[in-house]
Amino acid sequence: MSEVETLSAVTPALPPDEPEFQQKEMLLNVGPAHPAMHGIIRIQTKLEGELVVESDVEIGYLHRAFEKSCEESTWNQAIIYTDRLNYVSAAINNIGYCMAVEKLLGIELPPRGQYIRVLMSEISRIGDHLTCIGASAMELGGFTVFLYMIKGREYCWELIEEYCGARVTTAAARVGGMPYDLPEGFLDKCLWVVKEVREILRECDILLTNNRIFVERMENVGVMSAERAIAWGWTGPCLRGSGVAYDVRKDFPYLVYDQLDWEVPVGRRGDNLDRYLVRMEEMEQSCRIIEQCVAKLPGGPINCSEKTVVLPDKKDTYGNIEGLMNHFKLIMYGHGIRVPAGECYFPVEAANGELGFYLVSHPDEHSKDGCNDRAWRVRCRPPCLNMVASLPETINNYMIADIVPTFGSVNMIGGELDR
Amino acid sequence: MSKFPEHIAIEKSHPTAVLDWHEQFGDRTLIVEAKQLVDVMTILRDAFGYNMLVDLTAVDYMPRRPRFEMVYHLMNVDSHTRLRVKVQLEESHPRIATLIPLYPIADWLEREVWDMFGIKFEGHTNLKRLMLYEEFEGHPLRKDYPKTKRQPLIGPQN
Repeated sequence: MSEVETLSAVTPALPPDEPEFQQKEMLLNVGPAHPAMHGIIRIQTKLEGELVVESDVEIGYLHRAFEKSCEESTWNQAIIYTDRLNYVSAAINNIGYCMAVEKLLGIELPPRGQYIRVLMSEISRIGDHLTCIGASAMELGGFTVFLYMIKGREYCWELIEEYCGARVTTAAARVGGMPYDLPEGFLDKCLWVVKEVREILRECDILLTNNRIFVERMENVGVMSAERAIAWGWTGPCLRGSGVAYDVRKDFPYLVYDQLDWEVPVGRRGDNLDRYLVRMEEMEQSCRIIEQCVAKLPGGPINCSEKTVVLPDKKDTYGNIEGLMNHFKLIMYGHGIRVPAGECYFPVEAANGELGFYLVSHPDEHSKDGCNDRAWRVRCRPPCLNMVASLPETINNYMIADIVPTFGSVNMIGGELDR
Repeated sequence: MSKFPEHIAIEKSHPTAVLDWHEQFGDRTLIVEAKQLVDVMTILRDAFGYNMLVDLTAVDYMPRRPRFEMVYHLMNVDSHTRLRVKVQLEESHPRIATLIPLYPIADWLEREVWDMFGIKFEGHTNLKRLMLYEEFEGHPLRKDYPKTKRQPLIGPQN
């Protein structure tokens, strides 16, 4: 008796037309409680074996009515809501929103204020990229990298905390200026953090970039061509990974980015590895920007001199009647910053790509001067929505295990995705 | 103010498509007739290289008439030029053609506008809510939706 016959004797023969065993496709829900989905996204996949043949992405688990809340609060009150967009690099959101309002008002910050904004943006960007790569590496088993990078992020957030008192909910900008000047010794600490971040990048580069396990899971996975990426509206490191050198800081320069010397890294293949490499290089470029800001930081005021926009100094508020009146005119209900009717779109380069604010100021029925103390419409263009919307294109026809690195390289941030 | 080159090109084939144009804070805007939106967008994409639909949203100008405004932000990624296209929609049964055949990202952005403003997109095959749940009543970014309104599934405030 041969071995095959013994086996068939033990296993009962299955009827060939049993539907359960003929089924080739399987439906599988990934998330919303899956750890690699970062909490709040659900991907319904149709699998053939381990191959993803179809997928559908569902979002909205973290919707908090950001736009409605902004339309119900005054121009300055909306700043704290912008903290909760991309909460890993909140200062960029604050600055982007404030610059959009400043565009409506037609005002510009003095040089020192602009340099401080660049400094805050780049510190936040390094923290964001460190989080993205650290989390991606952890999901692929590189827990050491995660710990190293979170240490680096902590240094960045400590700088932000030293500036504004909060690590995450920064509110680190005001319409027409910055809330504080830099604290004492801040610039030296910046340089120290840059040195530490460079050391972390060097270590993680050794751990990841030539690591066979990491590279084989990232290379040629989640490929997006430049043409499709543009059609999907990709921006930021993901678009640059696909080989398009579009960076808002270079192509629509704002603040003082055009006076600084830095480069835009681009990838070639548009796969996960390229997106990782672009982010690593961008952190180095951000370090360069921070060093130049520290070297070039001019003196002078940080706020613009427009009294109808910027609160007076505390010594004027408490010291003379003009300052007191000015203060109350700006904070009293129904007064505040009066923005004339108009609309504008202002993009900044956030850590994930182009963060744009489309603001409309439109006088309501109570307005006597054709202005409004609150926005009629605040539209936030979230950079990571485009990458999440196109997930079916980047995860279909790859293995189910490839969802994890592809989704990690998108750097989906629930706060800005769902708003 | 002189016309934009895009405006002149559109007028050659679609003389009634562009209703108005203006430039504010350096943002160039065309206001287009709703019925000819897809034609205009096709010209802008194919002849002027506006290959990225940066953003698509709506604004509710209640009680002004027409009440709604669709706002499309386009960008040419190669030459870094931007253009805003707006379409005005009446309050009763606001609807407009979908842009999915031109820009795939319009799928989700139009779902969001349907979700928040209740504007329908003709030709959209999967027009369901993006952020909110199916049982949600109303469209919250409309100006007549009060911020404090409770939803039936949420229950009364305790």
